[in-house]
Amino acid sequence: MHYSFLNLARQALRGHRDWQPTWRDAAPRPRYDIIIVGGGGHGLATAYYLAKEHGIPNVAVLEKGYIGSGNAGRNTTIVRSNYLLPGNEPFYEWSMKLWEGLEQDLNYNAMVSQRGVLNLYHSDAQRDAFARRGNAMILAGADAELLDAAAVRRMLPMLDFDNARFPIKGGLLQRRGGTARHDAVVWGYARGASDRGVDIIQNCEVTGFLREGGRVVGVQTTRGRIGATKVGLAVAGSSSRVAALADLRLPIESHVLQAFVSEAIKPFIPGVVTFGAGHFYISQSDKGGLVFGGDIDGYNSYAQRGNLPTVEDVCEGGMALMPAIGRVRMLRSWGGLVDMSMDGSPIMDKTPVDGLYLNAGWCYGGFKATPASGWCFAHLLARDEPHPVAAAYRLDRFETGHLIDEKGQGAQPNLH
Amino acid sequence: MRIECPFCGPRDVGEFAYHGDATRRPEASTSDATQPFYQAVYLRDNPAGRHKELWYHAGGCRSWLSVTRDTRTHEIFGVTFAAEESS
Ligand SMILES: Cc1cc2nc3c(=O)[nH]c(=O)nc-3n(C[C@H](O)[C@H](O)[C@H](O)COP(=O)(O)OP(=O)(O)OC[C@H]3O[C@@H](n4cnc5c(N)ncnc54)[C@H](O)[C@@H]3O)c2cc1C
Ligand SMILES: [Zn+2]
Repeated sequence: MHYSFLNLARQALRGHRDWQPTWRDAAPRPRYDIIIVGGGGHGLATAYYLAKEHGIPNVAVLEKGYIGSGNAGRNTTIVRSNYLLPGNEPFYEWSMKLWEGLEQDLNYNAMVSQRGVLNLYHSDAQRDAFARRGNAMILAGADAELLDAAAVRRMLPMLDFDNARFPIKGGLLQRRGGTARHDAVVWGYARGASDRGVDIIQNCEVTGFLREGGRVVGVQTTRGRIGATKVGLAVAGSSSRVAALADLRLPIESHVLQAFVSEAIKPFIPGVVTFGAGHFYISQSDKGGLVFGGDIDGYNSYAQRGNLPTVEDVCEGGMALMPAIGRVRMLRSWGGLVDMSMDGSPIMDKTPVDGLYLNAGWCYGGFKATPASGWCFAHLLARDEPHPVAAAYRLDRFETGHLIDEKGQGAQPNLH
Repeated sequence: MRIECPFCGPRDVGEFAYHGDATRRPEASTSDATQPFYQAVYLRDNPAGRHKELWYHAGGCRSWLSVTRDTRTHEIFGVTFAAEESS
């Protein structure tokens, strides 16, 4: 189903009786060239680019619930490409460029809004680190501006600049960063893939792998056996569980990350702002709600909901940064299962099992990666070689020591 | 979530620091220690269900504890001093 003014007018005259579903809810066929497990943003984008860029439409996306029911529909929708390390920054900048053309490419309103992402700094040392990061971003073709306190004050006069403990000294601004509508990204990719012949199969949980002489030749699901030449995993927080079905152990811990939204208020925060002295980030949705979050709860969890100490911690961060929000009421909070890798960076690679490919380890930041993740995973699946901007995301890097640890925290997922 | 510290009694989770899968540190002096260390450091247990894990009672007696917890419900089945367990 495609949307236009003409279409809208036509439907209005017919009493809105003829609207069709946006994409086709398919039933499983016996076999496919490629099966993608996981109908989140990454799985659907992979299927879309397989069909569009590589001419492989005989693809199924298998989703255990409904598409977008995982992190794709639970995240705080921040998109940015402000990474430091050479293994990461070109990948995220490629994602940023894909975001910039996404709505034209999909002909779907994903509400991509480049309202800017501002990371605040509170000390000289932090300013120097941000200057270095900004330079790394510029070298990779991204945009970055280092602002002093006066410039930040002009943008966000309500911040607590003279906080006794964490005064705001300035910030690193990426103007091209911003937010997008998470559900619309899922639906847009689903429609694009479905229109090109991809089968999107919901309520279809993968419960095992079909093997032939060690090679994966399909999957066992709650809707029967389905054959495939190649199988790609894009199941985010469930990566360890699904990989275990093929006897693989992954360098991943599953954690819960919470997010929060307040009642709607008048326009207050123009872009995305992050506190540099704690972990707190906030933006305002187009409906007016303040959307914010902070640290993961910090221990292995498959609960998809969080605990109270983290709620308190996040709200304290908010109060330290902008005390003006203290009397705004919180409307809802929720949690999602994030796949924390041991160095904080993703994994996109073939696995030691023939025919099985892995896309995982997105931690709390994989929404921004959705377009490039799909682009590069499709490349890997179609050509059996990594895309140049994702070549560092090897599964064996933990063994060889080629870690991509942006924060330098070591193998301690709750510190990334 | 509360953890019942064998020394301090039941305490709020905020008093504890988490250190993940309670896999034992491999023997370092052997010539083939690289592989066991790689597995202990990076390929940790990540089950949906019972998980044996290390917690440090930072805001209390500062003991290292070995906790068995269900990662889906946060139900805790047992807590012991990690040191006792390894002896
Ligand atoms: C609260 C929260 C806030 C976040 N905020 C941001 C942010 O601001 N910016 C950002 O860049 N990132 C953010 N993230 C991270 C981002 O949402 C994830 O990294 C990203 O969505 C993961 O990729 P996905 O969309 O493919 O995952 P998901 O949507 O989780 O997709 C995985 C799918 O696999 C399915 N699945 C699992 N097991 C099986 C099985 N056995 N068979 C079939 N299907 C299965 C699941 O049901 C799920 O739908 C946030 C995450 C959370 C939880
Ligand atoms: Zn104690």
